[in-house]
Amino acid sequence: MSEGKPKIALYWCASCGGCEEAVVDLAEDLLKIAEKVDIVFWPVAIDAKKEDLEKLRDGEILVSFINGAIRLSEHEEMVKLLRRKSKLIVAYGSCSYMGGILSLANLYPREEILRYVAMEAPTVENPGETMFKEKTMINGVELELPRFLEKARPLDEIVEVDYYIPGCPPTPQVTLKAIETLLSGNLPPRGSVIGASDKSLCNECPLNSTKPEKLLVKKYKRLTHAEIDPEKCLLAQGIPCLGPVTRGGCNALCIKAGMPCTGCFGPLDGVVDYGGKAVSYLASILDVPPEKDAVLKALEGLPDPVGYLYKYSLAKSLLFRKRAER
Amino acid sequence: MDEAKTDGFKPNIVAIVCNWCTYIAADTAGVARMKYSPYVRIVRVMCSGRVDPQMVLWAFRHGADGVLICGCHPGDCHYKEGNYKAYRRYILLKRMVKQMGIDERRLRLEWISAGEAPRVKEVFNSFAEEIRSLGPLKLPVEAGSHE
Repeated sequence: MSEGKPKIALYWCASCGGCEEAVVDLAEDLLKIAEKVDIVFWPVAIDAKKEDLEKLRDGEILVSFINGAIRLSEHEEMVKLLRRKSKLIVAYGSCSYMGGILSLANLYPREEILRYVAMEAPTVENPGETMFKEKTMINGVELELPRFLEKARPLDEIVEVDYYIPGCPPTPQVTLKAIETLLSGNLPPRGSVIGASDKSLCNECPLNSTKPEKLLVKKYKRLTHAEIDPEKCLLAQGIPCLGPVTRGGCNALCIKAGMPCTGCFGPLDGVVDYGGKAVSYLASILDVPPEKDAVLKALEGLPDPVGYLYKYSLAKSLLFRKRAER
Repeated sequence: MDEAKTDGFKPNIVAIVCNWCTYIAADTAGVARMKYSPYVRIVRVMCSGRVDPQMVLWAFRHGADGVLICGCHPGDCHYKEGNYKAYRRYILLKRMVKQMGIDERRLRLEWISAGEAPRVKEVFNSFAEEIRSLGPLKLPVEAGSHE
């Protein structure tokens, strides 16, 4: 490894691996990046251990890209170590940025989750009711597991985060644009979302031209019960597409595949609570009389508001986030 | 309110009220020296349709035990349909906060016209009493302690 090149690290916490896949999806571009930097730590792809990381000087790594939410004591320990060793920490992907899908588990207490997973899930057979233990003795050897924390947390509730790259997962274009921004030396203000757009998804949606002048919806439809016309604005068809309140930059991938936006790029700048903003616009474009039954009927297609509107951001919502900064 | 009856709990109640109806009614109530619960803090907005659900969530997050939204009666909105929007948002928001572990009675919407000063007193008092009986709000973030 040459001394001159900037060092970068990649790490995963509680994630599905999709973000790692997204980095690999850079394909040939990954080689171009690898020419400019030294990847010193990336558990998925290279054989560097925690000890190797500890040997580095503090701040020796230029950027660490961390994906996944913080759910285990191990994640907490590793990201604190990476924070010490890195000049910049980038939260990569929705879980790291906003808690992600798995932070929907924050609706349930820790013990309930563990009991369900260990004993109650339909696919589990556990007659002895064995429970997860942090320490287990086997043949005189003590084995240790990391602790399952109370809640899934976004990265910035554990360590200071310099930049955010949104997406579930971030697309290769977004990743590339973000890396180029970071390597350019011309850094945006700390705390910015990089690589993505600062306009809403509708702005780049190919169906935007089919959006009626005044959007009015009689009734929201569940995706499973709807026949979607892929050539027409999904909201106009009553599909609760979250494009209007979601940051663009993904090139409307889901829309092009005939699916509504589910909000993985998170809120636009200035929005403090993504779900609240989504409630605001979804309810305001309903075209029904102001009577309880009529409104509830029109909303039948949204049986699970939290799961739908906070799909990626429950841990960052006003009611669940740890810090309520002004 | 009888201090002994409240068990010492002084709820924080935020009433977000429309400039054209409830605010005038509350003003009249004040001029007429009607007494209503001291725990209700009024925030004036130009229309109940201005009430972004984020404001309600923000209030809960920053210490409100109950949030009341007041607007013009259906058909009377100064901006024609702002109160209808408020109502639709309220219904969806109520469902959402309930799912997040907040008692849905902590969020209420009432229509109070400019001439209904006595109703301001009635609504504020009954809401304050309901919130008092529900006790302090426990936020979802505090429901499990994070070590």
